[in-house]
Amino acid sequence: MAGPINWLSQVVSVTKFGLLGIPQRRGSVAAAVFGIAGVVTVLVGVLSIAAGFRQAMAASGAADAAVVLRSGADSEMVSGFNRQSTRIIADAPGVARTPEGPLASAELFVIINLPKRSTGSDVNVPLRGVESAAFRVHGQVKIVEGRMFEPGKDEVIVGLGAAREFAGLEVGRSLLVGRREWPVVGVFSAGGATAESEIWTDAPVLQAAYNRGDSFQSVYVRLDSPGAFTTFKDAVTTDQRLSAQVMRLSDYYASQSTAVTKLITSLGVLIASLMAVGAVFGALNTMYSSVSARTREIATLRALGFGSGAVVVSVMLESVALALGGGAFGAGLAYCVFNGFHAATMNWQSFSQITFAFAVTPQLLVLGVALATVIGLIGGLLPAIRAARQPIAAALREL
Amino acid sequence: MNESGRNDGKSPLVEVDGVEKVFHRGAEEIHVLKDLHLQVPAGEFLALMGPSGSGKSTLLNLIGGLDRPTKGTVRVGGESVDTLSDRHLAAWRARHIGFVFQLYNLLPVLTAERNVELPLLLTHLSKAERNRHVQAALAVVGLTPRAKHFPRTLSGGEQQRVGIARGIVTDPTLLLCDEPTGDLDRKAGDEILDLLQALNREHGKTIIMVTHDPHASARASRTVYLNKGQLSAEPVK
Ligand SMILES: Nc1ncnc2c1ncn2[C@@H]1O[C@H](COP(=O)(O)OP(=O)(O)OP(=O)(O)O)[C@@H](O)[C@H]1O
Ligand SMILES: [Mg+2]
Repeated sequence: MAGPINWLSQVVSVTKFGLLGIPQRRGSVAAAVFGIAGVVTVLVGVLSIAAGFRQAMAASGAADAAVVLRSGADSEMVSGFNRQSTRIIADAPGVARTPEGPLASAELFVIINLPKRSTGSDVNVPLRGVESAAFRVHGQVKIVEGRMFEPGKDEVIVGLGAAREFAGLEVGRSLLVGRREWPVVGVFSAGGATAESEIWTDAPVLQAAYNRGDSFQSVYVRLDSPGAFTTFKDAVTTDQRLSAQVMRLSDYYASQSTAVTKLITSLGVLIASLMAVGAVFGALNTMYSSVSARTREIATLRALGFGSGAVVVSVMLESVALALGGGAFGAGLAYCVFNGFHAATMNWQSFSQITFAFAVTPQLLVLGVALATVIGLIGGLLPAIRAARQPIAAALREL
Repeated sequence: MNESGRNDGKSPLVEVDGVEKVFHRGAEEIHVLKDLHLQVPAGEFLALMGPSGSGKSTLLNLIGGLDRPTKGTVRVGGESVDTLSDRHLAAWRARHIGFVFQLYNLLPVLTAERNVELPLLLTHLSKAERNRHVQAALAVVGLTPRAKHFPRTLSGGEQQRVGIARGIVTDPTLLLCDEPTGDLDRKAGDEILDLLQALNREHGKTIIMVTHDPHASARASRTVYLNKGQLSAEPVK
């Protein structure tokens, strides 16, 4: 008699009666819906910072550029090559060539201490020894003030971001490297890429100053085309003389941004979780008051023969419907407010000033709505069970 | 459902046998019904009277399968109501019992006709068939012009007539009314009693009606009195 179709139509009917009654309970319903919307807005908003930052980092490296590190090294700091290896890499197929030679820059990288302008405290700043091709490998590098360092001389040029962030980097001042003073001769821009927060000098000069012999840490190359990456990678990784790994520059920067994105993500998840607990209680409260306002109505329906299972499912559906409304509203709000919002921050892994826009991606919207659904399910469960468990005879006595 | 559930005309439609009902309120036990016996033949219009708190609603709920006896059996149309599972009991109520409540218990969000339709949502009738039954039931209670009104725009008497239409729309075996005129003035109450009497006489409905009002019980074909957990044919002084 009570077939599945019948059961389904019971669920539909009881749910409909609940939803029709919402205008009578609009105060508590609105509170729960906006509570859930708030959670979703915050979650999507904060995570859009991480997503935007990751996107900006990925964009900071061109698709037709690559970086070569020693196998197993996840950053330049722990990588190393001798000169012979860097030449093999520069001559590998896929590397773009000019009359002056391949567009490859073997580089080394040391950390020096400089006071931060804003706080005066010493922070780590990268000092990079580069070869002349670096100017065409690391994005569009241009001297915007002063001049280029002279090869073989103890001179440095500083990135725009570094010049802005750290004290004592004005052209004409000197930088203490080891025990010697190196004059700052120029300031360069790199189209917003991470190089802008570094200090550059001639690679052999830096090798000598730091007793690095003839060793490098990384090789940056520009490729013939983005499609030449596989050719280049295969040639380098299969070469018996090398023990190297190859990454697209865009992927490399994306991987370098994980610390920051992880921090932002966990912060966002933490805040959203705390708020979600509050929203669950809001939904719980709304559904309890909905169910108790409808005690006699639900008892009447059950007296007429509506099943308690249908009542449970209907209350849950009502709760989820409200939560979905809140979730969709919150996700939409997050999109309108946060998507494309501009910000600038420091990437603590590469010390670069990164400018980027928050990115509310479709995945984040789905995540937000999924969270709302979970809140609705949890908030609806106990009230649904209460509604169905109530003895009919006793519930009918209630006014 | 159960074909033996159809009344064969010999055994009574309702048989309450040795029923006991105990409620627990905290540690306290409330013995509401004690070894109670009642037989209601098909076609009877029975009035159930008794002081407040004597257990009239409790007895009606047991017969209607809204509650289970602590002891004893309740049979309606040969079916042992007290042994059915919750799920089967719900389906059984939908099929066999029409309820009329003192406070009407209409859904405020539905119009009169949609309220009357409620029990039919549990059947396999098509929308058109449901509508036909709804209009017929509304015609019986004389509320056809009010079909599209919401309960709050109807008088108490009209709301109760919607309640009765909902109670009879599935053509149930048994119509159970708990103080159907308890909240109405004399005139509206009389109209409801006229209606119940007509349902009994002209449509052959078996009706059990709880009431406080001797004026109402006078319309029934028989009256029983509940006192101290037992039934008697005469009011206890
Ligand atoms: N679910 C319950 N739990 C505890 N006690 C109950 C419950 N239902 C009824 N009672 C008690 O059982 C007794 C009988 O109640 P019942 O509602 O059947 O009386 P009644 O005769 O219908 O009274 P009234 O004329 O006031 O409607 C009362 O003392 C009541 O408090
Ligand atoms: Mg009562």
